[in-house]
Amino acid sequence: MRGLKYRIRFEKREKISTLRVLLVTLLCVALALVFCGIIIAATGFEPLKVYREMFLKSFLSQKGFQKMLTASLPLIFCSLGVALAFRMNLNNIGAEGQYAIGVIAGGAFVFYGPHIEGFPGILLLALCCFLGGALWASIAAIPKALWNVNESITTLLMNYIALEILTYLCLGPWKMSGQNVAQTERIPEGLDLPELHVFGFDISVGIIIGIIAAVIIYIVYKHTTGGYELNVISHSTKSAEYAGMNIKRNVILVLAVSGGLAGLGGFAQYSGVTHRIMEGMPNGVGYTAIVVAYLSRLNPLVVVIVSLLFVGLQNSTVYVQIMGVSVRIASMMQGAIMLFVIAGEFFQRYRIIVTGKEVAAE
Amino acid sequence: MSLITALLAGAIMYAVSVLYAGIGETFTERAGIMNLGIEGIMLMGAVTGCLTALKTQSLALSMLAVMLVGAVFGLVFAFLTVTLQSDQTVCGMAILVFGSALSGYLGKNIASTPINLKFQAVKIPLLGDIPFIGEIFFNQNILVYIMYIILPLSVFYIYKTRWGLKLRALGENPAVLDAAGENVFAMRYAYIIFGTVMMAISGAFVSLAHTNVWQDEMTAGKGWIAFALVAFAAWNPAKLALGALLFGFISNLGSNLQIYLPQIPSEIYAMMPYLVTIIVFIVSTGSFRNKRTDQPAMLAKPYNREDR
Repeated sequence: MRGLKYRIRFEKREKISTLRVLLVTLLCVALALVFCGIIIAATGFEPLKVYREMFLKSFLSQKGFQKMLTASLPLIFCSLGVALAFRMNLNNIGAEGQYAIGVIAGGAFVFYGPHIEGFPGILLLALCCFLGGALWASIAAIPKALWNVNESITTLLMNYIALEILTYLCLGPWKMSGQNVAQTERIPEGLDLPELHVFGFDISVGIIIGIIAAVIIYIVYKHTTGGYELNVISHSTKSAEYAGMNIKRNVILVLAVSGGLAGLGGFAQYSGVTHRIMEGMPNGVGYTAIVVAYLSRLNPLVVVIVSLLFVGLQNSTVYVQIMGVSVRIASMMQGAIMLFVIAGEFFQRYRIIVTGKEVAAE
Repeated sequence: MSLITALLAGAIMYAVSVLYAGIGETFTERAGIMNLGIEGIMLMGAVTGCLTALKTQSLALSMLAVMLVGAVFGLVFAFLTVTLQSDQTVCGMAILVFGSALSGYLGKNIASTPINLKFQAVKIPLLGDIPFIGEIFFNQNILVYIMYIILPLSVFYIYKTRWGLKLRALGENPAVLDAAGENVFAMRYAYIIFGTVMMAISGAFVSLAHTNVWQDEMTAGKGWIAFALVAFAAWNPAKLALGALLFGFISNLGSNLQIYLPQIPSEIYAMMPYLVTIIVFIVSTGSFRNKRTDQPAMLAKPYNREDR
């Protein structure tokens, strides 16, 4: 008898085309959806019905679409921040806490600061939130820069501290009087992010700010000295040092700005969506931002698109909760998508070669 | 039981809840792989334990299911990081996000429902009667006793056996092992899976021994504390136990002090363990005066034969 013996070999691709990346990524997302569908089915729901409900109500209805545009800014800012840090190989997993401290700094301005409303007031509020997040991130950035202390652990553990402070303020000194809810009073309406009316849509200016921020960051990456230094340091700290770049300063600066952007995420939610501070306000956005940053390949422009899709997905959980499905279905799908895309990346980098060889079998 | 013995016995409970995961991560990192997804795997262990306990009314079956789930997650992580050589940080994050979300998804209907089954404290006959020490160490549940055995065994394994030598080489210089004819990939698979099984047990300890109820995100950062302690302990299980005891003591001190000093906001007590872990972590792992590091040289670097 004769048989065929197959050998599988992997060969590195010389060039990876954008089209290939896109196709493989889409295929992986589809596979992740199938995989989650199996879990949904195993827990006693009909996956197709669940998916259809999520998709139709959240992405294809005017109300859902509008909500997606309004609610996406916090995630856009957090993801831009996380992506910025990742660009320099800094794992900022603390967007959740930086967001919370950003909100707290904003709250301090609203409650104790001068009563300025309108455009200058909103600008000052945003600045406070940015500084709050930046300061919080610096606490982890300085030990990283000076003594090379693993920033993923410090930024992450600080999330829990930040959320405890937030809880304390919402239940204690800043608590809304008269009601037994862990939240503060509403901010003056003069500090609300305004809404625009375009083609019958009420759009918070948030999404426009988000796009502008992404474009600015994109330009900084591509066309400034700072962006260039970032690029060099991320590829080789040794060459960067040799070229006379100040790595310590860059580490602190990048992590601080990254935290500041997450703080702006807090601002977007505070001034644009909830108008008050609530217990547990970041609500996982800081963690979702990690997935968004990765899936966007750290490209700020793609961050905006992926954030929109993810917020739409998150919003869609409202419609399936009625069916009894857990809210966590959205994060589950996001996590699964990330796992499948990571696996798919291998098949973008490598070519699989199967060779058959005739062998004599005994 | 006096206050001080209760405090110390409680500290041991807290310590063991991070120790299983910590030992798992120690072996994984010794093998040169960094698993950042501990928290997600712990949550999966916690929810699996509760779900199976409710269904089968058997703690033994629950632990079996917990270990199985841990192994499945380990297999996925190993496939991504060893076979596909993906970035370990990114993979860890993905496991973290997916695991914690899936646990919340699966546990929705049993959230906050107390389970009538729990790892109860069992007094060891003679040893448990020793005053003070007996009450602290030998009036615990079976998972704590198993940890008393695992701990010295793991120290012995890493530093005194042939296999331990290979494990250390795996993280320091896998190419040498490969040249000596050892299967680097299979060994890494095995240690990753061992690690995730231990992490899942840690989670089940939180949901079935520490409490007897499932709550969303109930491990509250314990996975990250375990991760921080591993580096603090310089990848040595004995030092890890000391770190875990310190963490356990502070956590437990907080929940006890609250009764005596209620004027201090409870949030202060709640943030203490994280604060102390951060400070200890910075002090112990910071490269002051160019201190030599014990970190496995090839940690988080994928092994690729072509790159040799």
